[in-house]
Amino acid sequence: METILTINNLTKKFGYLTAVKDLSFTINKGNVYGILGPNGSGKSTTLGVVLNVVNRTNGEFYWFDGNVSTHDALKKVGAIIERPNFYPYMSASQNLKLVCKIKGVDPRKIDDKLELVGLLDRKDSKFRTYSLGMKQRLAIASALLNDPEILILDEPTNGLDPQGIHQIRELIKDIAQNGTTILLASHLLDEVEKVCSHVVVLRKGKKLYSGRVDEMISSHGFFELKCQDHDNLKEFLNSVDYIDHLKEENGLITAFLSEPMAASDFNNLLFKKGFILSHLVKRKESLEEQFLHLTNNN
Amino acid sequence: MIRLLNLELQKLLTNTASKVLIFISFILPFFVILLSAIKINFFGFFTLELGELGIFDFPIIWHITTFFAAQFKFFFAIVVVSMIGNEYSNKTLKQNLIDGLSKKEFILSKFYTILFFSIVSTVLIFIISLCIGLYYSSIDEFRLIFRGTEFLIAYFVKLVGFFSLCLFFAMLLKRSAFALGFLFILYIFEWITFGLITWKFDADIAEKIQNFFPLKSMYKLIEQPFQRVAMTKFPDKGDLAYDYAVHAPEVIIVMCWTALLIFLSYRLLKQRDL
Repeated sequence: METILTINNLTKKFGYLTAVKDLSFTINKGNVYGILGPNGSGKSTTLGVVLNVVNRTNGEFYWFDGNVSTHDALKKVGAIIERPNFYPYMSASQNLKLVCKIKGVDPRKIDDKLELVGLLDRKDSKFRTYSLGMKQRLAIASALLNDPEILILDEPTNGLDPQGIHQIRELIKDIAQNGTTILLASHLLDEVEKVCSHVVVLRKGKKLYSGRVDEMISSHGFFELKCQDHDNLKEFLNSVDYIDHLKEENGLITAFLSEPMAASDFNNLLFKKGFILSHLVKRKESLEEQFLHLTNNN
Repeated sequence: MIRLLNLELQKLLTNTASKVLIFISFILPFFVILLSAIKINFFGFFTLELGELGIFDFPIIWHITTFFAAQFKFFFAIVVVSMIGNEYSNKTLKQNLIDGLSKKEFILSKFYTILFFSIVSTVLIFIISLCIGLYYSSIDEFRLIFRGTEFLIAYFVKLVGFFSLCLFFAMLLKRSAFALGFLFILYIFEWITFGLITWKFDADIAEKIQNFFPLKSMYKLIEQPFQRVAMTKFPDKGDLAYDYAVHAPEVIIVMCWTALLIFLSYRLLKQRDL
């Protein structure tokens, strides 16, 4: 598989504080990656290092096959970090023209990209008159100008209203469907769960997990049960081997599966044993639960 | 090089404030010199014609025009300082780097812009001085006309040096206003050092050392021309005589400062986490 970014043992220290510690991972073409971590876990610092704005203390990273300088590699990358940064006195199309000049891209693409993010009718308005949502969309248009090999987004929905968040997410999904590799840093777990196929989990600058999202949520799910014959049901469930363990809260039994099983099969089985359920829900653990589990244990 | 210059010119020329300042710093001296060359009639009471003083004759005109035009450099200094300050406050410096500009290219694009405007200004001054000089002066021999054009070289070096100093301060302090304030502090500092050395040793040594300081060395490139005008009026007064010529060591000192300041600006940016 074609690699886009390789990071080996990357360390960044700000004085006494170690923001990123011995981090290694690779980004392959065609996947959507999420970098997860609480605030201050080193997500933005890591992105800052690979984007040439933060100097590394130790370790190395290289783009593509490692034969191009970082700033030339960045011409094939689209990136948005934290807030959209543009010249407030220039119009949207002037700002994008400037980006074209930096990246060496044909300026005729500007209108296409503005149309993609729905800003074509406001292209001659000055950047400072834009709302935050529009600024963020302009940033995406700017990052897409060079039809990048990889799109890097750092907290792209930060500070947006629900409509804005929805618009940005739809855009990201569209872009991912076109085969563009995406690296998304976020602390919003449902966001990562919805769009990413792979995930890197960071805490205090250290890597806790890296791999596929569905492997991270490795459990087979759990049943939530209610039954008149409460105690007997618990006894029965403790005795069978396809249930890993039980939890009980407010009369609601949560049974964790140790192997895959459909809710209908399970219901049928219990019925045959004479248990009549008044409540049955099958659920999977969310990324959020896994994430909290992971970040608390380590 | 053209790409980097083009980039910076777009940043400057779409901004109204810098457009006005650029106009003031380069076009205004052009008009001031032009106007002063015109015979002004004050309602028939008297006519003011500076040309009659002989200040528009070759070769002194090169000295006069470059000296006065150089005073307008402060307006473009504001532009230089704010073109760095704005990049920091809008965080566009960070965005430029992310978009694929290298830190070296960033500094170079600013430096090329300084060179570009300094060249434009020097060419403008050359043209206007040549026209006015030809009008007032009776000299029409090619060799004599261009005697004294070393002041144009001094003017160019002076502008580039001064703007490089502004660039460095802006890179160092990240804020336009602080950078301009620092220029003033440097000016005071140079004079305090001068005073201290005079007090400990003597004024001669102090002046020699001060000539190496950035602001003083840039000032020294083009000495004030008033005394020279007076000298031409009263040639027999020996105590008016002074050395007004442009000296190669002075030019070299300023060029060294320019190189050092641009290099330091780059080092500063390279080491900084944005």
